[in-house]
Amino acid sequence: MASEIELVDVTKRYPGADQPAVDSVSMTIPAGEIVVFVGPSGCGKTTTMRMINRLIEPTSGRITIDGEDTLSLDPDRLRRGIGYAIQQAGLFPHLTVGQNVGMVPGLLGWKKSKSADRVDEMLDLVGLDPADFRDRFPRQLSGGQQQRVGVARALAADPPVLLMDEPFGAVDPITRGNLQDELMRLQAELRKTIVFVTHDFGEAVKLGDRIAVLGQQSRILQYDTPEQILANPADDTVAGFVGAGASLKQLTLLRVREVELSKAITATTADDPAEIVRRLAAAKREFALLLDARGRPTGWVHARTPSKPVPVGDSVTLQSTLQDALEAILTEGGAAVVTGARGEYVGLVEIDTVMSTVKRLREEAGA
Amino acid sequence: MTAALARERRSERLRLLVQPVAVLLLVLGVLVWAFSQDLDSIERQSLNASALLSATWDHLVISFVVTALVLVVAVPLGVLLTRRWARRVAPLFLGIATIGQASPAIGVLVLFFLATGMEGLWAAVLPIAFYTLLPVLRNTVVGLQGVDPALVDAGRGIGMSSGAVLRRIELPLAVPLILAGLRTALVLAVGVATLAVFVNGGGLGLLIDTGYKLARFPVLITGAVLAVGLALLVDWLGAVAEAYLGPKGLR
Repeated sequence: MASEIELVDVTKRYPGADQPAVDSVSMTIPAGEIVVFVGPSGCGKTTTMRMINRLIEPTSGRITIDGEDTLSLDPDRLRRGIGYAIQQAGLFPHLTVGQNVGMVPGLLGWKKSKSADRVDEMLDLVGLDPADFRDRFPRQLSGGQQQRVGVARALAADPPVLLMDEPFGAVDPITRGNLQDELMRLQAELRKTIVFVTHDFGEAVKLGDRIAVLGQQSRILQYDTPEQILANPADDTVAGFVGAGASLKQLTLLRVREVELSKAITATTADDPAEIVRRLAAAKREFALLLDARGRPTGWVHARTPSKPVPVGDSVTLQSTLQDALEAILTEGGAAVVTGARGEYVGLVEIDTVMSTVKRLREEAGA
Repeated sequence: MTAALARERRSERLRLLVQPVAVLLLVLGVLVWAFSQDLDSIERQSLNASALLSATWDHLVISFVVTALVLVVAVPLGVLLTRRWARRVAPLFLGIATIGQASPAIGVLVLFFLATGMEGLWAAVLPIAFYTLLPVLRNTVVGLQGVDPALVDAGRGIGMSSGAVLRRIELPLAVPLILAGLRTALVLAVGVATLAVFVNGGGLGLLIDTGYKLARFPVLITGAVLAVGLALLVDWLGAVAEAYLGPKGLR
């Protein structure tokens, strides 16, 4: 379930200011897509987002959700139907994780038991074990876990629309990457209409179905798919914001599942080392990948030292971006192991594959 | 840093145990001493079980009525003063409360008596309440202002009304500071309640006054030590409340 959001000539003017903070913004946010507002700080992107749930009242203009004018609704009731996640999660420190997540269902008057079930379901959804986390207090969680709870709280009442204001801005880069992957996995399942505000263009490219690059007073400089913005920036300001390394950023647009995987010589941990050496010689390869009984990669063995496997360091999943894969290749040297949903081995990404993909992307962009 | 915090917690817990024991020993010691003296008839009028109990009881009543009054006035006032539309008048009210506390307690008491001609419990309670208003009012205001605006924003953003945000987010988070203010106010009230005797309000001040005017030292000392013991005991109750009534997630 998702809703289309439409902004028509939305303006916000603060009393005493010469210039409006947001000047006549019109845009359509399609149902079920992630639209990222990206722009320099102070450009009005957060103000624009906050006018959608009326935390800030527009001075003029119209905002509709599924054709319904938001100004015609009671603001508190409107907000209960719109998920809201902010930087540093904004969890209430005196309430448990469960109470935080169950807040909106409570406000909507859900029965206690239904609300409790929903809390567990939501914690599960964001990858936190309900039994372990339900009764903890926010300060007993890491920054990344707090952010997950923040997302769970935003989703608890199953709102069709989600507003996210730099939700991953305050966590370390590795955790941020994980949270972004997690959000994409959730979105693939839930198909909400998500308005996401960030000043990190890389994040915008990774998450957005569409990106709105905003300038001063929230003027829309370009509103398009990440591919188009990377390949054909509308003007110099957008090009400047896209910044250097556009081709590296394009790697974040592609998923490992979209490129051709190569095959490693595999062996199981039960195999005889001499047999592995024979198979490697027959295939003219140096390394074999060891799999455990459930098909999960455990280590590499070299033809010369078949009884001394080296553990697999960095692996990627089918959902990982090609940028992550490149990272893993550089750490592992030569190829990155790709695993499936249950951690089982599905193939390898090799450096040549990445190189040829970059080349193809460049040619397409140049055309 | 956590080690320092743990040490502080341990010493706090130790204090919670030691303080009431010390107070009891002090009070018992003085009572035993006073009753073992060779008392004359005037002293016996003050130093007997029923007179001591009634003076202590009056003292407690004054202190708790004052505290209740302060709580009922200062917390809602503090809430009002932190609402956005009232931000500008907040300094005015804090100023008035500061005047109340800055002036000598006995001055406030006597001026109130001169202005109204009242006597008895309420003649003592009202000026003392005015005198002890400030700690609770200021701590309520500071406590509410200290709530992270992002939490208020999050609350409003997920659809809580401003009343719900106040009740379920802001006030619970301000409770530790409000309790600390209340503890200060209570201790002040117990101390100042010794002056209630001047407006015929009773209390332990009666013993001190009698003992002083009639030069009966056992009476004077008993009254003074009981007042001190009561103040320490009330402070201890406040400390217990602070330790166990604050929001659990913050402890």
